[in-house]
Amino acid sequence: MKIYIEKKDKIISKKFNGTLKKLLLTLNINPETVIVVLNNELINENANICDNDELKILSVVSGG
Amino acid sequence: MKCKICNNESIYKNYCKIHFCEYFEKKVRSTILKFKLIKKKDKVLVAVSGGKDSLTTLFLLKKFGFNVKALCIDEGILGYRDNTINTLKEFCKTHSISLKIISFKENFNNSLDEILIKKKFRPCSVCGIFRRYLLNQNSRGFDALATGHNLDDEVQAVVMNLIKNNITTLNRQGPISGILNSTKFTKRIKPLYLCLEKEVMIYSYLNNLTTKFNECPNVSKAFRLRVRDSLNQFEMNFPNTKLKIITWFINYKKNIKRGVNSPKKCKVCGENSTNEVCNTCNYVRKIKCL
Repeated sequence: MKIYIEKKDKIISKKFNGTLKKLLLTLNINPETVIVVLNNELINENANICDNDELKILSVVSGG
Repeated sequence: MKCKICNNESIYKNYCKIHFCEYFEKKVRSTILKFKLIKKKDKVLVAVSGGKDSLTTLFLLKKFGFNVKALCIDEGILGYRDNTINTLKEFCKTHSISLKIISFKENFNNSLDEILIKKKFRPCSVCGIFRRYLLNQNSRGFDALATGHNLDDEVQAVVMNLIKNNITTLNRQGPISGILNSTKFTKRIKPLYLCLEKEVMIYSYLNNLTTKFNECPNVSKAFRLRVRDSLNQFEMNFPNTKLKIITWFINYKKNIKRGVNSPKKCKVCGENSTNEVCNTCNYVRKIKCL
């Protein structure tokens, strides 16, 4: 899957099947600090995601 | 996971998009009522930066029917504040809200960027003092000055003050702050006091109030960042940690007497001050702005 991480302005590719929460933890991202968008829709951290999905990870914390 | 109200797909905990917005708006309304932040006919000035928290505050107070105006302080941080000001102008135009922008440059003869070239001040210190000074001066005539501080901001401040044993500063915090017995001071209110930063982000995303991630180039709050990260770890492992801390703090505040000392007048500018000369005039003297 392709994952855009807004805070780093970076796209990464990763093979993954499982819940969003698990994915975030494998990326070392605390789910409390982000929201995640799949096809312009917000998704719950308990949602299952699969290899074909394209995700956007948006940072919750303000910038200054 | 399904929404507990309508059984549609949930986006946060057990709320779908529509019911999350209802839950969030209800929470802000009940914060306003619970802490008696403002009354229906109050004139409210909202301090806005163009970020999600202040835009959400402005958007909701307007939606709830309050008489709001917006004030933005342009510190003069190239590549940062100029971006957020454009978002803000667009937002206020779309929502028919009067917006006033005032700058460090016009009030202190120097932008923040210029000050930091001339003097080795800690950026957040001089910026915060000048910003609060201008907010205070420009909010006279209003019943309240609303800011976008959320639950995360407030819990971080409580924990930081506890760790540093800054009890006087700790006692000044709360959903309403400021020197309430002074005519030179407009009470400051925080309608998002009980809303998690993540909840504010979700609400702002769903209502097109988000802006691109934009970090202040002067950000260097190492201590705050460590407290923030630790609290987020606790929140992940022990849900509701932040709410429990702020609930403790609200109960603690009920049991302490509010300071009754009247503020002094700064002998240079006449504004409220805890010392003979206020922090702003001290900085101005050092920069030789005047």
